[in-house]
Amino acid sequence: MTRIQELFNELRANGRKAFMPFITAGDPDLAFTQDLLQTLADAGSSLIEVGVPYSDPIADGPVIQASYTRTLQRGTRSADVLQCLGAIAPRLRTPLVLMVSYAIVYRRGLQDFVRQAKQAGVAGLIVPDLPFEEAGALRGECASHGIDWIPLITPTTPRQRTIEIAEVAQGFLYYVSVAGITGERRELPKELVDNLAWLRTQTALPVCVGFGISRPEHVRLLAPVVDGLIVGSAIVRQVATVGEKPRPQVLREIREYVSGLMAAIASAK
Amino acid sequence: MATLASYPDASGRFGRFGGRYVPETLVRALDELDCQYASALADPEFAVTLSALYRDYVGRPSPLYFAERLTAFCGGAKLFFKREDLNHTGAHKINNSLGQALLTVRMGKRRVIAETGAGQHGVATATACARFGLECVVYMGEEDMRRQRPNVLNMRLLGAQVVPVASGSKTLRDAINEAMRDWMSSVEFSHYCLGSVTGPHPFPRIVRDFQSVIGKETRQQCLELFQRLPDLIVACVGGGSNAAGMFYPFIEDESVKLVGVEAGGRSPRIGDHASTLSFGQPGILHGTYSYVLQDEDGQTADVHSVSAGLDYPGVGPEHSLWKETGRVSYTNVSDRQALDAFQSVARLEGILPALESSHAVSKAMELASQRSAEEIIVVCLSGRGDKDAQEVARILELND
Repeated sequence: MTRIQELFNELRANGRKAFMPFITAGDPDLAFTQDLLQTLADAGSSLIEVGVPYSDPIADGPVIQASYTRTLQRGTRSADVLQCLGAIAPRLRTPLVLMVSYAIVYRRGLQDFVRQAKQAGVAGLIVPDLPFEEAGALRGECASHGIDWIPLITPTTPRQRTIEIAEVAQGFLYYVSVAGITGERRELPKELVDNLAWLRTQTALPVCVGFGISRPEHVRLLAPVVDGLIVGSAIVRQVATVGEKPRPQVLREIREYVSGLMAAIASAK
Repeated sequence: MATLASYPDASGRFGRFGGRYVPETLVRALDELDCQYASALADPEFAVTLSALYRDYVGRPSPLYFAERLTAFCGGAKLFFKREDLNHTGAHKINNSLGQALLTVRMGKRRVIAETGAGQHGVATATACARFGLECVVYMGEEDMRRQRPNVLNMRLLGAQVVPVASGSKTLRDAINEAMRDWMSSVEFSHYCLGSVTGPHPFPRIVRDFQSVIGKETRQQCLELFQRLPDLIVACVGGGSNAAGMFYPFIEDESVKLVGVEAGGRSPRIGDHASTLSFGQPGILHGTYSYVLQDEDGQTADVHSVSAGLDYPGVGPEHSLWKETGRVSYTNVSDRQALDAFQSVARLEGILPALESSHAVSKAMELASQRSAEEIIVVCLSGRGDKDAQEVARILELND
C-alpha cells in the first residue's frame, strides 16, 4: 500500500477529509519553500502539492503563473526543486505530491525523472498537460517506482471517459471544479456538487477537488461530497507578499489561513 | 511503411511527432473539432462554400509571378513568387481563418479566439469573424503590438478585441499561452482558431489542409506554365503554416527539392534566433511533441527574430517529421540577410515583401545564383510588407 492510500484509509476510517495546500517550489526561493512545507505540515495538512515551475503553464491562472516566472528568473530548475524536497521530505510526515509539466519530465527522461522524484520522497505525480491516452509510458514508470499516478478529471470530461480515467488512476482522483485555469473564484459552478457525488459512486478511489477553492464557504459546501480539498492560488498569493512583509509573518498568516480552512472542513457535515 | 502524405495517423501523430499534450479540460473540444472536421471533409457543400470564398473574397488563385529583374540580379535559376501577398488581408493566413470560421459556424459556437505574432493571423481571423458575424478576441504580445502597430489598428477596425499580453517574452509564444487559457475557460462556446500548423491534434492537420491550397495551385500553375514541376520550392518557417501548405501537395514528388527557411536572428546563440529545427531538439510545447528551443530543464528558451511572425520557439510537428526523413531541408537566414532581401525585392520588383517572406526570398536568391538558368525556383511570398515598413525604416534609420 502506498503512503497516499494509507493516508486516505486512515482519514476515511476516522470520518475525516483531507486538506491539501498547493505551493510553488522555489517561490520566492527554496529556503522559504522548506520553511513553508514545514509550516503547512505542522498545521496539519494531509498532503502537500508542490508545483514545479514551468515557463509556459497553460492550465494556470495569473497568480501561479507569476510565481513560476518569479522563481524561474532566479534560476530555479526542476533538479533544484527535487534536491530541496529530498532534503526536507524525510522530516515531514506529510506525503508530497508533485505537479509538473510534461515538457520537464520528457526533457529529463521519464525513467530518470520518476526515479529522482522517488528519491526526493515524492509520493504522487500530477502532470496536468498529459491526457491519459498519452500517459501510458509515464504511468508505467510511476508504477514501477511506487509513485501514485494522479490524473485530473474536469467538468468537460465525458462520463465514459471519466470512468476510464478512474480505472487507471492511483492514490486519488483530482477533480477540477471549473472548466478553466487555476485561481480563486467567488462562486463555484452549481452542478459541481452533483458531479462530485456522481463521481464518488463510480470509483473506490478518494476524490479530491481543486481549482477556484479559497473560502470557508466553498469548503463547507464541498467537504461533505469529497475526500479532500485542494487550495492553491490563495496560498501562492500570500507567498507573493514575502518582501513586503517579514518571512515569519507571512508564514504565520498562511498558517492562520490554513487553520481556518481546516476548521471549516472539520465542521462540515 | 506509411507514405509522407498519409500523416497524421488516427492518434494525430506525424511519425513520432505531434499528438496531444493539453490539460484534460480541452480534450473534449479537440475531439469535437476532430469529428466536425471529418464531417466537413465528407460534406461536398463545405468544399464548395470554401472555394467560392477563396475565389470571390480572397481573390484566389493567387498568381505565380516571374520575378524577372530579381532573377537577372541573382544570375542563375528563374525565380517565381507565389503571390500570397495579394490575398485579401495581405497574407496566406486568410486561407486558414476562413476555413476555421466555417468550422466554428458548423460547431454552433459564436466566439473565436486567436493568437497573433505579426498580426497577420489576427487580421485574417478578425476579417473572417466579421464576415460570419462571430465575436473575435485576439491575443497579441505587447512587443509585437509595438512593432506591428498597423495590424493592431486593422483588427480593431474589423471589430475584434485585441488583448495585450504582458507575460514572459511578450511575443507570439505568450500570446498562444493566453489564448489557450481563455479557451480553457470558454471552451463551451468558443473556438480557438490557431494560426499555424502547431498545437495539439487536430490543429496541425486542419491548418495544413486549409493552407494546402497554396501548393495545389502552384502545382497546377507550374504544369500549365512550364509543363513540368519546379526544381526547388522555398518557404519561410516560423510555426510553419505557409511552408506546410506549399510543400504538402509536392511531398510525394521526389524531383522537387523543398527548402524551409527559419529565422537566424542575430546569431546562432540560444536566445538570438528562432531556428527551432536547426538548433532545437524534440520536446513538448503548446500541446504538441515537436522540435523546440528549450533549456536542459525543458523550460522554453527566449527567441529573437526581426520578424514577429517567425519569432516562435516551436515548430509544427509535420515539419519535424519532414526534417527527420530528410524530405525537406531546413536552413536559416539572419535578420540582416532578410532585410537585404526585403530591399532587393522592393527596389527590383516593386513589391514590399513581409519580413517573414523575406527570409525565404533571401535563401532563394542564394540558391538561384548557384543554379542554371533552366531551373525553376518557386518562393512562397507568404505576405506583404506594409505592416513592416515602419519597423524596417526604423532599423535602416531611414528618415522622413
